[in-house]
Amino acid sequence: MRRAFLALIRRELRLGWRVGGGGAAALVFFLALVVLVPFGVGPDLGLTRRIGPAMLWIGALLAALLGLDRLLQADQDDGSLDVMTGAVLPLELILFAKALAHWLSAVLPLIVAAPLLAVMLGLEAAAVPPLLLALLIGSPALVFLGLIGAGLTVGLRRGGLLQAVLILPFTIPVLIFGVAAAGGATAPMGVLVGLSLGAAVLGPVAAAAGIRLGRS
Amino acid sequence: MALTDLANPTRFLAFVARALPVLAAATTLAGLCAAYLVAGVPDDYQQGATVRIMFIHVPFAWLSMGCWVLMSLSALGTLVWRHPLADVAQKAAAPIGAAFTFLCLVTGSLWGRPMWGTWWQWDARLTSVLVLFLLYLAVLALWQAIEEPARAARAVAVLTLVGLVNIPVIKFSVDYWNTLHQPASVLRLGGTTLDAAYLVPLLVSALAFTLLFATLHMAAMRNEVLSRRLRTMLLMAARRGVA
Repeated sequence: MRRAFLALIRRELRLGWRVGGGGAAALVFFLALVVLVPFGVGPDLGLTRRIGPAMLWIGALLAALLGLDRLLQADQDDGSLDVMTGAVLPLELILFAKALAHWLSAVLPLIVAAPLLAVMLGLEAAAVPPLLLALLIGSPALVFLGLIGAGLTVGLRRGGLLQAVLILPFTIPVLIFGVAAAGGATAPMGVLVGLSLGAAVLGPVAAAAGIRLGRS
Repeated sequence: MALTDLANPTRFLAFVARALPVLAAATTLAGLCAAYLVAGVPDDYQQGATVRIMFIHVPFAWLSMGCWVLMSLSALGTLVWRHPLADVAQKAAAPIGAAFTFLCLVTGSLWGRPMWGTWWQWDARLTSVLVLFLLYLAVLALWQAIEEPARAARAVAVLTLVGLVNIPVIKFSVDYWNTLHQPASVLRLGGTTLDAAYLVPLLVSALAFTLLFATLHMAAMRNEVLSRRLRTMLLMAARRGVA
């Protein structure tokens, strides 16, 4: 079972990297998004310093959600999701592995690049480590919540936008505590851990229920 | 009559035909009582006449949460007991709940302007109710997106149950993050802090709005049953036309 789990993660990572630029495309997207901010609010370093953590969080949120509908849709279309369902792993674990791989290939590169962008936005060096830690802890929650939307809309023709509409309300607590934790406070960091762990359980279970019920 | 008896749509429609006029009459009566009582309420020593907004704002707030709980029970009915009317109840409740939540936000905003000096504040209670409104819209969008009612019902049921997480967050948001919205004053441990002169009209008003919700919900359920019947008949007619 563990071998199947690891094999699935390896497959997803390989797909994530080799198809459509994978992590590199996510990085360029993140960079472009952050570059847009000074154009939107004016090139004022004092202002970008204040909204910097929020911008990085929103970038992480969008990056986490963007590729997620394809994650299940492609496998549903060519039937490999059905094949995987019949294998040794329960559907919940399959979805968990896929979400984890998505986080590794689409979100983790952003977090690695975040210090550079934080400097560009004028954040002070001391503010970067708590921001990174908060992103590292909180962003899995975004991916696992997005998984619910992907599971519910799999098989729909225009699932992408709908998926975002379904999931964005649920991501608000993650953003609230994420931005608060980026300020360096410890209590929101604990809540963020809880949100990520809770989403890691709720997400795969709800998405699997959505997929199974959609089939019957 | 048990809940299982109503599973038959024809029997349900007959029940609605009898119950709906009674409910509508009760709603009117309670509404008139509430209006009379509210008109007689003394002005608050601080808030003046604006305190009367409470008698519509608070019932809308209660019902916006109550409606989601009702939808969650219906979702359980769909997923666990496969009651054929459960998803009808869920679908009929969603737009009413969305409207009540919207009205709760609007009345709160109108009340907040003279009292807090602001239309809107990103306060925990206000934000969590706004999230609830977005969740209602998400449910409506998902109903729209999936064509076949039975499949849509199962997807929406999962979403509704996941959204249930938000209800305790709203209820206890004012106790955990005491920012702007006042803490609970009616439903709280250790009894209410509201004076009887305000409490009685508030409870009568809440009863009137609950009856209004029940009336609208039952009518919407009837319409949904009828529209599904129409859909089936159209599908059958189309199939006959092809053959």
